[in-house]
Amino acid sequence: MNTEMLQAAAASNQWLAIFPELMLGCLALFLLVLEMVLPKKQHELIPTIAIIGQGAVLVGLLINYRTAFIGEETFNGMLLHTSGGQFLRCFFLLASILVSILGMVALAKQRMPRIEFFHIVIVVSAAMMLLAQSNHFVMLFVALETITIGFYILVSYTRTNPLSLEAGLKYLIMGALSSAILLFGIALLYGVAGNPALAGATAEAMNFGALQVFLQANPDNLLAAIGIVLVLAGVAFKIGAVPFQIWIPDVYQGAPTPVTSFLAVASKAAGFAILLILVRVFGPYHSVIVPVLTAMAIATILFGNLAAITQHNVKRLIGLSGVAHAGYLLIGVIAAMTQPLAVGAIFFYLLAYLLGSFAVFGVMTHVAGPDDADQDLDHYADLGKTHPFLAMVLAVGLGSLAGIPPLAGFMGKLLIFIAAFKAGLYLLLVVAIIGVVISIYYYFGWIKAACFPSLRAPLTEGEADPTPARTPVGLAAGITLATLALASVLLGLYQGPFGEWLSLH
Amino acid sequence: MNNLPVDLLLLSIATPLAVALAIALGLPKRHAIKLAYVGFGVPAVIACYLWSQFPANPGAEYAFMTSYATGLEGLGIKLTLGLNGISMPLFMMAGIVGLAAGLYAIQSGAERLKIYLMLLLVMHAGLMGMFASIDIFFFYFFHELALIPTFIMVGIWGGRDRGYAAMKMTIYLTVGAMLSLIGLIAIYMKSGAESFDMITLRNELLMNPMRDSTQTTIFGLLMFGFGILVSLWPFHTWAPLGYGAAPSSVSMLHAGVLKKFGLYGLVQIALPLVPAGAMEWAPMLAWLALGNIIIIGLITLAQRDLKQMVGYASVMHVGYGFLGVACLSVLGAGGAVLFMVAHGLSVSLLFLLTTSIHHRTGTFDMDQMGGLAQKAPVLAAFFLTAVLASIGLPGPGLLNFWGELTIFMAVYDHAQWMVVPAVLGVVISAIYGLRAVGRVFYGPATEAFQCHQQGRVIEDLRWNERIPAIILLVTLIGLGIWPKAISTSLNSALEAIYPAVEALTVHVAGQ
Repeated sequence: MNTEMLQAAAASNQWLAIFPELMLGCLALFLLVLEMVLPKKQHELIPTIAIIGQGAVLVGLLINYRTAFIGEETFNGMLLHTSGGQFLRCFFLLASILVSILGMVALAKQRMPRIEFFHIVIVVSAAMMLLAQSNHFVMLFVALETITIGFYILVSYTRTNPLSLEAGLKYLIMGALSSAILLFGIALLYGVAGNPALAGATAEAMNFGALQVFLQANPDNLLAAIGIVLVLAGVAFKIGAVPFQIWIPDVYQGAPTPVTSFLAVASKAAGFAILLILVRVFGPYHSVIVPVLTAMAIATILFGNLAAITQHNVKRLIGLSGVAHAGYLLIGVIAAMTQPLAVGAIFFYLLAYLLGSFAVFGVMTHVAGPDDADQDLDHYADLGKTHPFLAMVLAVGLGSLAGIPPLAGFMGKLLIFIAAFKAGLYLLLVVAIIGVVISIYYYFGWIKAACFPSLRAPLTEGEADPTPARTPVGLAAGITLATLALASVLLGLYQGPFGEWLSLH
Repeated sequence: MNNLPVDLLLLSIATPLAVALAIALGLPKRHAIKLAYVGFGVPAVIACYLWSQFPANPGAEYAFMTSYATGLEGLGIKLTLGLNGISMPLFMMAGIVGLAAGLYAIQSGAERLKIYLMLLLVMHAGLMGMFASIDIFFFYFFHELALIPTFIMVGIWGGRDRGYAAMKMTIYLTVGAMLSLIGLIAIYMKSGAESFDMITLRNELLMNPMRDSTQTTIFGLLMFGFGILVSLWPFHTWAPLGYGAAPSSVSMLHAGVLKKFGLYGLVQIALPLVPAGAMEWAPMLAWLALGNIIIIGLITLAQRDLKQMVGYASVMHVGYGFLGVACLSVLGAGGAVLFMVAHGLSVSLLFLLTTSIHHRTGTFDMDQMGGLAQKAPVLAAFFLTAVLASIGLPGPGLLNFWGELTIFMAVYDHAQWMVVPAVLGVVISAIYGLRAVGRVFYGPATEAFQCHQQGRVIEDLRWNERIPAIILLVTLIGLGIWPKAISTSLNSALEAIYPAVEALTVHVAGQ
């Protein structure tokens, strides 16, 4: 390697391009420093600082939304900055802010160290932001592992609760397995693409651009096809698509509620960020990808919805309903291979999903008792009478997730359906409609449990009330929840600036 | 004409929504009720005013058109409001029934009245928007906006079996809404117009109609989707149950106005846009409509619960609307629209009076009532008139008669034998209707009713119940005496929009 190449490589290290991620890293470290420096009494301040810091980064990111780096590769081809990537960066940052707010509410009920939680959340979300811009398998894998390892810790965070530990162990084993599968797929692709006997062989097979050129030159290589399927399987673990969804109910139930929300929203979105990048790279093999993803989407929608019907624990319920949402999004991914409109639809859907999910998780953190894993549907009885505000937020959030107009979730589903229609995916549309109808049953059942007057036998003498005490809604959490609910309504009525993504290619 | 100083159509949707928002933000109860009068009154006044300004011969034109961008222009979705000869009468009916239901709800003294009024106002806004939308996306959107509060209101303020009824309604109506949504998206995708605008779609499809097989699929989706929403036999089971459980104002708005969405969709969208598909399905639709009239008619005969009976009767009568649509003619569709207006007014009047009867007897069971006319003669007179209207008797000059008569004439043109079962339906409804009047109001009071009367005064219809009833009844009789007030512009619009359907009918008849 001569000096000129080194110089070119160094020149592509545009640190400014990943300034937000760098700032988040500094913020995370700063929190640990603060914990050492500040007196114990003032530790209460640290979560607030974490949230304000993330908010500042988000504002900076929004101001520089149309950065000059869009369309360019930096760090020697490791990162590719796209307008879709910009959206996802904001998305992940928003998610981590909301997780931090939920964390403040939920951790107050536990006797646990607080600061590390916020530290890990910030590191994980920085990794997600890098993941959304990755253009190289090494970058992708490193970012993905940073996320996964962060989640190993977060899932088992309440270490006094055996269910949380069990969930952590399950997530560890499943995550390691999926990483191994993903890595095996990457290795296969790298090996095949480096074979000098094949046309378009490249030494840079880890780079998505080079890999795509190679795949175009060899559209029917068996080993490459196997590699592609293995990589997709590895990603399917992250989004919880059938048949890689087994870990979801247990892990979602055991993890502390804010972590569950982080898993449900951000981790799933990260999976789709990778998937959107990969289907573009694997485009020449669409005859392999489309059947695999179609089968996965059908199974995911049907399994998620049917399994959610039977759940009484709301964390398991929302986990399985999240599986169904992954299925709808998979339809969007398949449509995105032919219809650029679908990418915008997926982004809109993710945003609506974020707003709806965090509204619901926010209510869940308030209704949950000290035993975080035990959140039964029955605990929501008469919520409408005792906490009308929480009940209203819950109804809006669930309605949006169910895709009921005029809420944002409906627009998301509508856009995905239109994209699927344009791509001619009629079978998937039928399945999706069936799924939506089934989902009404359990979403509405939850609203029913919370809002409709319930008939309960009065407690007998000496019997403890099985419903845990509900946390009063604090000012910050109240404003957050109201904003989320209002945003779900407004985004359903007026899509304004977001409408322009739909023409985004 | 189209240059109104303010956009009254948008105002008629925004006023109830704004009031609902104000109540949601924590307005004290006293002010909330005052403001609710505004929320229900303004749309009714606007509806009547626009009706008085409506041109007599609009043809295919829409009046009062306005358009707003909401960020989805890329997909051809814009909030476009306007009224044509078909939607004008229904828009007016929605305003009037909404006012009556609102007034009745305000005096009902329901528990947590503020939230009840808030949801009812949201529902009302959806109803006004549904008929005022030219964009079929917003047409669907407003329907859902009105539909969702009904589930919640049935669940919270409902009567017997409310949880089950709310759940069943939700699932049935979601299925129906989803099917019709897919049908509407299919029209958008397959028309090639890249627009959800009804006018653009019609112009485009007039030039390049879709393939017949596509039309058949789309009409099938719309027919079953809308059919479930309008309780077409055999997808009707949610309706009597739901209406039985729902609080009276919700039954009034749902059975009276919201349910017209499907029939209106068939008349305004499905028939003009996919006429070949309509041809294919019309015989099937006619059979199912006869199922509504005869089978549900017989079920209605067997009811002993007054509210259930009214619920079944409303389901039975929508069969006439479907029958009119199935004739595929200007006459049939016109009859269906006239009938929808009449049905909306008379059904909501019946639900209102049924609840008033319940307040006085403490039961819906007709076997336990009797002789109420002695105590409440005015209530008896109102109820009798409402029943006569719903039967379709020409008696006191009621609009239902003209609707049914027009439909019968269209049916006679279409398939002569079908008139027999259709008229049989009138006989059935006369039997159960008059029998109910007899059981509730005349004869000696039963023991159970006498027990209920002891120690309390059974008063006649109070003024705050009487006013909403009078509003409905006056409209019903006024339009019955002077049906031309709506039929002229209706006819003009249908004749302009329907040449495609008529041509097809003639074409098939000539084969």
